[in-house]
Amino acid sequence: MATAAIAPEREDYLNKEYGIRSWLLTVDHKRIALLYLISITLFFFIGGFFALLIRLELLTPAGDLVQADTYNKLFTMHGQVMVFFFLIPSIPAVLGNFLVPIMIGAKDLAFPRINLLSWYLYIAGGALMLYAILSGGVDTGWTFYTPLSTSFSNTHVVTAGLGIFINGFSSILTGLNFVVTVHRMRAPGMTWSRLPLFIWAHYATSIVMLLGTPVIAVTLVLVVLERTLHLGIFDPRLGGDPLLFQHLFWFYSHPAVYIMILPSMGVVSEVMACFTRKRIFGYTFVAMSSIAIAVFGFLVWAHHMFVAGMSMYAALVFSILSYLVAVPSAIKVFNWTATMFKGSISFDTPMLYALGFVGLFTIGGLTGLFLAALGLDVHVTDTYFVVAHFHYVMVGGAVMGYMAGMHFWWPKISGRMYPDSWGRLAALIVFVGFNLTFFPQFVLGYMGMPRRYWDYSHSPEFQVLNVLSTAGATILAVGYLLPMVYFLWSMRYGKPAPANPWGASGLEWMTQSPPTTFNFDETPQVTWEAYDYENIPAPVPEEAFGD
Amino acid sequence: MTDSHAATQHGPELLHHFADEEQQRNSASLGMWLFLGTEIMFFGGMFLAYLVYRLNYFESFAASSRSIAVPLGAINTAVLLCSSLTVVLAVRAAQMGKRKLLIWMLILTLIFGLAFLAIKGVEWHEKYEEHHIPGNFMGRAFDVSDIQRDFPKLHVDPQHAQIFFSLYFALTGIHALHMIVGVGIFLWLIYKAWKGDFGPKYYTPVEIGGLYWHFVDVVWIYLFPLLYLIDRKPL
Repeated sequence: MATAAIAPEREDYLNKEYGIRSWLLTVDHKRIALLYLISITLFFFIGGFFALLIRLELLTPAGDLVQADTYNKLFTMHGQVMVFFFLIPSIPAVLGNFLVPIMIGAKDLAFPRINLLSWYLYIAGGALMLYAILSGGVDTGWTFYTPLSTSFSNTHVVTAGLGIFINGFSSILTGLNFVVTVHRMRAPGMTWSRLPLFIWAHYATSIVMLLGTPVIAVTLVLVVLERTLHLGIFDPRLGGDPLLFQHLFWFYSHPAVYIMILPSMGVVSEVMACFTRKRIFGYTFVAMSSIAIAVFGFLVWAHHMFVAGMSMYAALVFSILSYLVAVPSAIKVFNWTATMFKGSISFDTPMLYALGFVGLFTIGGLTGLFLAALGLDVHVTDTYFVVAHFHYVMVGGAVMGYMAGMHFWWPKISGRMYPDSWGRLAALIVFVGFNLTFFPQFVLGYMGMPRRYWDYSHSPEFQVLNVLSTAGATILAVGYLLPMVYFLWSMRYGKPAPANPWGASGLEWMTQSPPTTFNFDETPQVTWEAYDYENIPAPVPEEAFGD
Repeated sequence: MTDSHAATQHGPELLHHFADEEQQRNSASLGMWLFLGTEIMFFGGMFLAYLVYRLNYFESFAASSRSIAVPLGAINTAVLLCSSLTVVLAVRAAQMGKRKLLIWMLILTLIFGLAFLAIKGVEWHEKYEEHHIPGNFMGRAFDVSDIQRDFPKLHVDPQHAQIFFSLYFALTGIHALHMIVGVGIFLWLIYKAWKGDFGPKYYTPVEIGGLYWHFVDVVWIYLFPLLYLIDRKPL
C-alpha cells in the first residue's frame, strides 16, 4: 500500500479504490470482468493440466502412466472444466462484461448487482466442481450419459452435476443482463444498425444462454434425483428412457458450442475491420448471420445421436438442418475474406490470432459437415475424428478468438502496452502447436482410433501420430503460457497505453485507457456508422510500441 | 407526494447508471420477462419428459392420473386465480398511490399463496398415506395395487406408474418451490409498502413481483389439466 500514497495522474476504474473489499463487493462491470478473468484463467490451467496428462498417457500404446479408471476421470474433468468453467464464460464474462456497456455508450450493465451475483454463482459452482475433483473426480464423460451417470458410476456425479447446475445460473444471468443492456441502455444515436458486430454476436449468444441453459439445468436436476432417490426417469431398468436424456442434454450442449464460437466471431469482426482499416464487408449480413446461427443452432442437436437408435427420418431431418447451419457460418468467413480484399492489412498480434481463427474455424466447420452426413458419421462416430473436429472449433475457433480479443483490448483493460514482438511469436507458436496437436487426430480417427481409450496396444501403428499430437500439445502449452507472462509483465513495465493505440473505431477507444468507473465523462452522442474507418487516421506504429 | 413531478424526477430510487426512471423501469420489466422466458424452458424440459412417458406408458399414466383427487386441485386453481386478481389490484393501487389498499392486496395475495401451499401439503400427505410416493419414502414402499384394483381394464405397470408419480412430484414440487420464493418476495413487498416506498412514481418492484406471481400461476394452469384432468372420462 506504500505506492498508493503517490497521487495518480488521473482517476480510472483500477486506481479509484484499493483493497480486497473494493474488489469483492464491486458492482463495476469492468472490475467484475477482471474477477472473471482471474477465475477462468485458473480453471483453464486446471483443465489444461488434465489435457497434459491425457496426452502423456497416449504417448505409448500401453496403458502405463495411469490406469483405465484414472484416465476416464481425466478426460471427464478436462471436458467439464474446459466447457463449463472456461469456454462458456470466457469471452462473454470477461471481454463481454468489460466491453458491452462501453461499446454502446452506457455507464454499466443494466443490473450491476446481478452481474456481481453471476460471478459469485460461478465461484460457487466452480468450488463444487473443484471439490468433486479433489475428492476423487468424476468418470462419466463430460456428457453425463445415463444410465452410467445415474446407476453405475461410483464417482462424484452429484457434486459435479450440482456445480454445473449452479454455474448455469451464472450464465443465464449474464445473458439476461446483456440482452436488457443492449435493448435499453444504448447511448443516443446508437441505433441497432450502428451496433458493433461484437455486440450483435453477444446479443445472439445471450439468446442461446437464456433459452438453452435452463434445459440443461432441469436435466441435471433429474439426473441428481434419479441418482439419489432412484426415481426412474432415464434408467431403462427403472422404465426410463436414456434417449430422452440425450435429447435434453444435446438440446443445450449443441447450442453451447455457439455460446463459445459466436463471441469469438464478434471479436474477429472487430479485429478484421481495424487491421484492414475497412468497414466490414456486408455488415448487415454478418450481423444477421449471428442471429441465424443462434436460431438454427437450436434445431440440430440430434446430429450427436445418429448412432443412438433414433428414427431414420428424424436423423435425415437433423442432418439437413445441420447442413443449413453452415450457411450463416460461411457467410461470415466469406465476408471477412472480402473485408481483407484491397484492405491495408497490418499483421499486429490480434490480427494474427484473427487470421488463425478464420483458417482453423473453417477446417473445424467443414469437418463438421462430414459429421452431419449420415453415412460418414457412422464410420467416425466416437473416434478421434470427432475429437479433432470439435477441438478445431472450440480451441482453434473459440480460444483463438479469445486470445485475439485479449490482445486487442488489453491496452484498454490494463492501460498498458504488451511487447508486440512477443505477442506475434506466441500467436505463431499457438498456431503451429495447435495444428500439430489436432491435425494428426483427424487421421487417427479416420484410421479408426476410438476416443476415450487409455490403451491402444492392440494397434501400435497409431503411435507415431499420437507422439506428434503430444509434441504439439507441449508446444501449445508454451504458446498459452507466454501471453500470461508478458501480460503480467506489462502491468508493471509496459508502456502506458494511449486511448486508441490501434486507431480503431468504436466508443471503447474514445475514452481513456483504462476507462473511468462510469466509462465516459459525459454520455456520448453517436452520429456515425460502425467501422467508420474512412474518417479515422491510421496510427503511426512507432507511437504505439517502443520496440 | 403525487403531484410534484419535478421534485421526484431524480428520487433516491434512480440508480446511477440509468438516464431516467422510465429507462430503469423498462429495464427491470424486460429483465423479468426474459427471466420468465428461461423459466418456461426450465419447466419445458419436465413437460417434455411427462409427454414422452405419457405416450410410451399410456395406460399406467391414465390410471395414475385418475387416482389423483380433482377437488383439491380445482380448489387450488381457484385460489391461485384469486391471488392473481389481488396482484393486479395491488399494482393498480400502487400506481394510484393508495398505500393502504396496496398493503391489503399484498397481504391477501400472501394469504392465497400460503393457502395454496397448505392445500398442496394436504394432497401430498394423501399420496403418502396411499403409498404413492416413489421409492421407499419414510418406510412406506411405493405401491400401486390400489390403482390396479380401481382400474382393472388398464394394464398398470408399477414401474411406469412410479415414473408418473416421480414426474408429478418433480413438477408440483418445483412449482411449490417457486410459490415459496413468491411468498418471500411478497413479504418483502409488504414491508416496503408499509414503509411507504411505493407510489405513482415508483412501483417497479410491485409490478415485476406481480409478473413473477402471474407466471407461477400460469404454470399451474398448465399443470392442473396435464396431471389431473386429461382424458378423465369414465372407462
